[in-house]
Amino acid sequence: MEIGLVELSRMQFALTAMYHFLFVPLTLGLSILVAIMETVYVMTNRPIWRQMTKFWGTLFGINFVLGVATGITMEFQFGMNWSYYSHYVGDIFGAPLAIEGLMAFFLEATFVGLFFFGWDKLSKVQHMVVAWLVAIGSNFSALWILIANGWMQNPVGAEFNPDTMRMEMTSFFDVLFNEVAQAKFVHTVSAGYVTASVFVLGVSALYLIQNKHKDLARRSIAVASAFGLAAALSVVVLGDESGYSASHTQKMKLAAIEAMWETHDAPAPFTAIGFPDQEARETHYAVEIPWAMGLIGTRSLTQEIPGINDLVAESEVKIRDGLIAYDALMTIREQREATPSEVRETFEAHSDNLGYALLLKQYVDDPRDATDAQIKMAADDTVPGVAPLFWAFRIMVALGFSFIAVMAYFFYRASFRQMQFPRWSLYAAVAIIPTPWIAAELGWFVAEFGRQPWTVDGVLPTALSASHLSIADLLITLAGFLIFYSVLFVIEVSLMVKYIRKGPFQDVEETDAWQERHESRLRSETPAPTLAATPAE
Amino acid sequence: MILFELIEYDILRVIWWALLGVLLIGFALTDGFDMGVGALLPFVARTDVERRVAINTVGPVWEGNQVWFILGGGAIFAAWPPLYAVSFSGFYLAMFVVLAAFIVRPVAFKYRSKREDATWRTRWDWALFAGGAVPALLFGVAVGNVLLGVPFYLTEDLMPMYPGNFAIKFVGLLRPFALLAGVVSLSMLLMHGAAWLSLKAEGIVAERARAIGVKAGMVAAAGYALAGLWLAVGVDGFALGEVAANGPSNPLYSDVTRGGSWLSAYAARPWIAVAPILGFVGIALAVMGLKAGREVSTLLWSKMGILGIISSVGLTMFPFILPSTLDPNSSLTVWDASSSHQTLFIMLICTAIFMPLILMYTAWVYKVLWGKVTEEQVTDNADTVY
Repeated sequence: MEIGLVELSRMQFALTAMYHFLFVPLTLGLSILVAIMETVYVMTNRPIWRQMTKFWGTLFGINFVLGVATGITMEFQFGMNWSYYSHYVGDIFGAPLAIEGLMAFFLEATFVGLFFFGWDKLSKVQHMVVAWLVAIGSNFSALWILIANGWMQNPVGAEFNPDTMRMEMTSFFDVLFNEVAQAKFVHTVSAGYVTASVFVLGVSALYLIQNKHKDLARRSIAVASAFGLAAALSVVVLGDESGYSASHTQKMKLAAIEAMWETHDAPAPFTAIGFPDQEARETHYAVEIPWAMGLIGTRSLTQEIPGINDLVAESEVKIRDGLIAYDALMTIREQREATPSEVRETFEAHSDNLGYALLLKQYVDDPRDATDAQIKMAADDTVPGVAPLFWAFRIMVALGFSFIAVMAYFFYRASFRQMQFPRWSLYAAVAIIPTPWIAAELGWFVAEFGRQPWTVDGVLPTALSASHLSIADLLITLAGFLIFYSVLFVIEVSLMVKYIRKGPFQDVEETDAWQERHESRLRSETPAPTLAATPAE
Repeated sequence: MILFELIEYDILRVIWWALLGVLLIGFALTDGFDMGVGALLPFVARTDVERRVAINTVGPVWEGNQVWFILGGGAIFAAWPPLYAVSFSGFYLAMFVVLAAFIVRPVAFKYRSKREDATWRTRWDWALFAGGAVPALLFGVAVGNVLLGVPFYLTEDLMPMYPGNFAIKFVGLLRPFALLAGVVSLSMLLMHGAAWLSLKAEGIVAERARAIGVKAGMVAAAGYALAGLWLAVGVDGFALGEVAANGPSNPLYSDVTRGGSWLSAYAARPWIAVAPILGFVGIALAVMGLKAGREVSTLLWSKMGILGIISSVGLTMFPFILPSTLDPNSSLTVWDASSSHQTLFIMLICTAIFMPLILMYTAWVYKVLWGKVTEEQVTDNADTVY
């Protein structure tokens, strides 16, 4: 592949988006875990829960700030590097991004400062509410971003306006309740909850191995494993929901993930392992599980899932149909208001496939001049890279199932075995800390690489979406981001390690005072006097 | 009848043009003092404790303030997609520098005091300085370039194009008039940051801030006056021919000519003179307030000055948003660069619901945090503050 402007733009987007998502999942999950811990503190008044809130809150803060900082790049990069995309779909895609700012990001960012600075300025209940507002803000933020992303996968509620040369919104409701977006949202935030749970579990296990901060570690494991178990189940269920919606919204992506070259009689088998060969369009050494794919993809025994070869043939038909729309569009553009109404009608009848005609722009300036061979090439382009998708998906799924097992095990030991954890399990918990990040990044890879060659599925080809910058522009910023982000990553990890080593800040006086009150309460029947809010540290 | 037709398309466009101004001004008024404090940091605070006092005056609020910038980006995307597409890709390398500043600044706030090491802290202090001063300067340079016109054109497909070499394009932004606008913007935010420090800090830090703020305010006023004169004699304006204010958002449908003066707007709509007057009066009163050591009122005057200066740019250019020097017909205006009727309506509803909520809880947060940041607070809470 020749590295041109579009490839460099894609590399930069992939780099900045995947880097951003190193921090987001932990923010999503840890914000809720911290709020839960603080709620327990408010309910029980036990200082240990406030220590936990503060300790995990500190780690949350170190991570949060990089999520915010790298998110800024995302908000502006569409305009900087994908200006034609921004023009073409901004009428729809911009709205959820703006609402995210209005409804979610303002909330989380305004209150996160108060979370760290408000310990001695707020009452206990007020501070707990602030913690929840941060968590709610973060999670709503994800909702709107995934509505935007879901629209790129399944562009509902919009149509092309020939006067403005762009897609325009026809139904905000459809964009909002896009089934792809809804499944993606729950799948993604659940993945964040799993990430945070594995992180809390791993760090706590480290403390137990080192024989320190055991009160904090045990309680943290109890919270994280319960929360993590529910989240891990949710990730898998909603991942399945995403697969099901892909079977009617993004057939090509699904077929590519499964390396299904030919349409199989229903119910299709699931290829557990194999070696997809894009050139030969077949999968070598495939190990198949009968019926499984048909059941997962269509939830029926009779519905067929189309294979790649049939979908390519379908793409060719769509390209030819799109050319009719393109031809009508050129007439409309020339004659504007004077356009005969038949031409507008022709356009409307075929405009759904206009995007397929635009695939030809890579080969010819005017798609109408394309040869049959070029149309065939463009149809072949609609197949994303099968082998990377096939493998990324399988590793993600395997990790997803293993999280259920890990969380279930720790939940069981925490609930029914008096918090006794065998040493090997603690080492394992530390060792798996990085795995949820791997699963999350692979998940995004499957979602976005599987969307190729489109930025908006069936509407706008990636090759057309990028800004007309110079290669030098891209090389400067790509190198800049790479260096800049690497340095920040090293700093972030080193601070995380420093604060994990340092451990929680324990207010000895306060803990002793509480212990005394607690014991006196146990000795006497009479309840102790109502406790004043614990003093600030 | 469809719901969104309740409000005419042209009225929605004007409302969204005004909201664009509200967001930019909201950003300048809130994050403006964060940037100002960052840019003042090496000069108002010398010892570590002094620096921590200065940083902690904005410590709990910069994060929320920065959302004005992000929301500005999102709202431009949603309401003015062509502006979002053309301006950010056209100012590509300058945008990258601004992004770098806005990435390093949050990290510097958060990480600076997490290690005792003096070298570590000094480095982050310089990051805070650059993270405040560089965007404050570049935003002004960008506004200056918009007034001068930007060298782009749109193809028939409405693909934005910017011919020319990348380095020349970047350096080309630094035209004398644009640099002057950058100086106005930087000095205005330095004054604003000084007014904030005067309110939230005490002792030597507040004193130094007031001294610098007085000078910065004077430079801002003089620069603003000079820029006005320059516009009168040295900068070509743009004029829009007949246009359908309710027409489709296609910039190529309009007829634009270059020539005349931007300031002819003041002859056509004399009432807009209220904006520059607010600008000058606000700065003058802020400078006097800084000299006299008044606190709350000074910050309010400073806000009024900034409001006047920023809104004067928008009102002078109306209905232009981003004029093009290469192909004036490609220029983006209020009437041809917006989102669709329906999207503008939906976004207006969302803004009407959430903006009052945002203002309410932001006000509550500032109220909770009311009061000066003292050296004792910083040293006593060394673990929890910045």
